Amino acid sequence: MAKHVVATVAEIPPGGRKIVTVRGREIGVFNLGGAFHALINRCPHQGAALCTGAIVSRLEAPVPGEYRLTRPDTMIRCPWHCWEFDIATGQSWCEPDDVKARTYNVSVEPGEALAKGPFTAETVPVSVEQDYVVVEV
Amino acid sequence: MNVALRDPRIDRPAQAHLGFIDCDVHPYFRTPADFDPFLSQRWREHRQSIGGRPRQGLAKTSLYPRMSPGNGMRGDAWPKNGGPPGSDLGLIREQLLDLFDVRYGLLAPLVGGAAAERNVEFGAAMAVAVNDWQCAAFCDPEPRLKASVQITLEHEESALAEIERRAGDARFAQVNIPPRGLEPLGRHRYRKILAACAANGFPISLHLGGTSGHASTGGGWPSFYHEEHPSYVQSMQTLVISLVCEGVLDEIPDLKVVMVEGGFAWLPSLAWRLDKHWKRLKAEVPGLKRAPSEVIREHFWVTTQPIEEPERPEDMLRIIEWIGPERVMFSTDYPHWDQDDPRYAFKVQLPEEWARLIYRENARALYRLD
Ligand code: FES
Repeated sequence: MAKHVVATVAEIPPGGRKIVTVRGREIGVFNLGGAFHALINRCPHQGAALCTGAIVSRLEAPVPGEYRLTRPDTMIRCPWHCWEFDIATGQSWCEPDDVKARTYNVSVEPGEALAKGPFTAETVPVSVEQDYVVVEV
Repeated sequence: MNVALRDPRIDRPAQAHLGFIDCDVHPYFRTPADFDPFLSQRWREHRQSIGGRPRQGLAKTSLYPRMSPGNGMRGDAWPKNGGPPGSDLGLIREQLLDLFDVRYGLLAPLVGGAAAERNVEFGAAMAVAVNDWQCAAFCDPEPRLKASVQITLEHEESALAEIERRAGDARFAQVNIPPRGLEPLGRHRYRKILAACAANGFPISLHLGGTSGHASTGGGWPSFYHEEHPSYVQSMQTLVISLVCEGVLDEIPDLKVVMVEGGFAWLPSLAWRLDKHWKRLKAEVPGLKRAPSEVIREHFWVTTQPIEEPERPEDMLRIIEWIGPERVMFSTDYPHWDQDDPRYAFKVQLPEEWARLIYRENARALYRLD
């Protein structure tokens, strides 16, 4: 498991995302209200590019006719069959016991620390003045 | 670490799906004006100034809007040129034909409104236009795509003329008939059209969807798309029952019926029920000379998407065994939101011989493709 620099913090504002390729794997990096999360860009259902889907809230109805939007803007809806996954945990809303989308650990590191390594900066040049998003793969 | 606990996909080392024949591909127009070059001035002006009068009450949307943009499109199938999914041949090639080395794709154009047009003469003109448009926009530049003849079922004369006009044209593989008609398809008023399809070598394809104007279930209008979707199965069952009980399939022994997108796990139990009643009620339908199950197995084909997913995936094998693996044909439904990826559609490993039939050979034989 190695740490990979995938973006500057400024590149992915809250609500934003960036799809990166790390060691041949496509990974979606999301900023949910300042916290970064990373998910594999492959739906566990039939393999669609999961991280390109819409970011939605979870809609719950404790009883018919009573609707609540919970967890605003924290779910990703697959562009194919609309299965929804929790961006932070990869848990599926349709089949929570059986299916998960793979997640990766993400951290924010200052450029100064990165300069010391050991990190792999494949596409993102690192300078000491900036903060970076780092994914462990 | 989070990983799939039960990966519902299965390994398919033989790559059985490659080179498959896709029995359900949806072409779309970029704008309704795409049909204008194929309409006479009389009907072009009608289309531009008056427009369609469908049997459903809503304009510009379907009765049960879907949750994905474009009223039910696969989210990543929007061409960069701004047109709707299914309108750009380049993207159809990239996401379907070339990706899987598809041998042939059978077009199911759910466009133009010919089938459900109240002004049947305009419907007839639109049917011809959509047929010409399929050739010009898709089949001529991409011979892997085969067109389906559109007709207006409620205008017999034009329907017969159009079936005859397209007969022998290798770009057309079948005739599309909407499964929700004004009356069940076995009724006498439709008999000549069905006979013409058979006489000209066209299977008929019944692609679910649309509305006849009748409530979509026998018990009234459902509230949700989730309810509407299984009601398509009722429409398919109505068709099977009607064609069987009216004796159509003995009267037109060459008629071949393809049920597209209606699932099929229900077909065995429907046949069992019909068989049971046939023994008791034979006197009422003397035209039905053989057991309904026998007629069904002989005359009906089904396509896979959206295939039922039994809790015990291996139950699917028993269902296919009953229907006959030579009657099941693979389909993706590209570019609709619920389309199937050929690698993962089946949750159970098919015997190799069945896979060959289902992915390719059945469609090749039925549509006489090389
Ligand atoms: S591929 Fe994602 S929901 Fe089916």
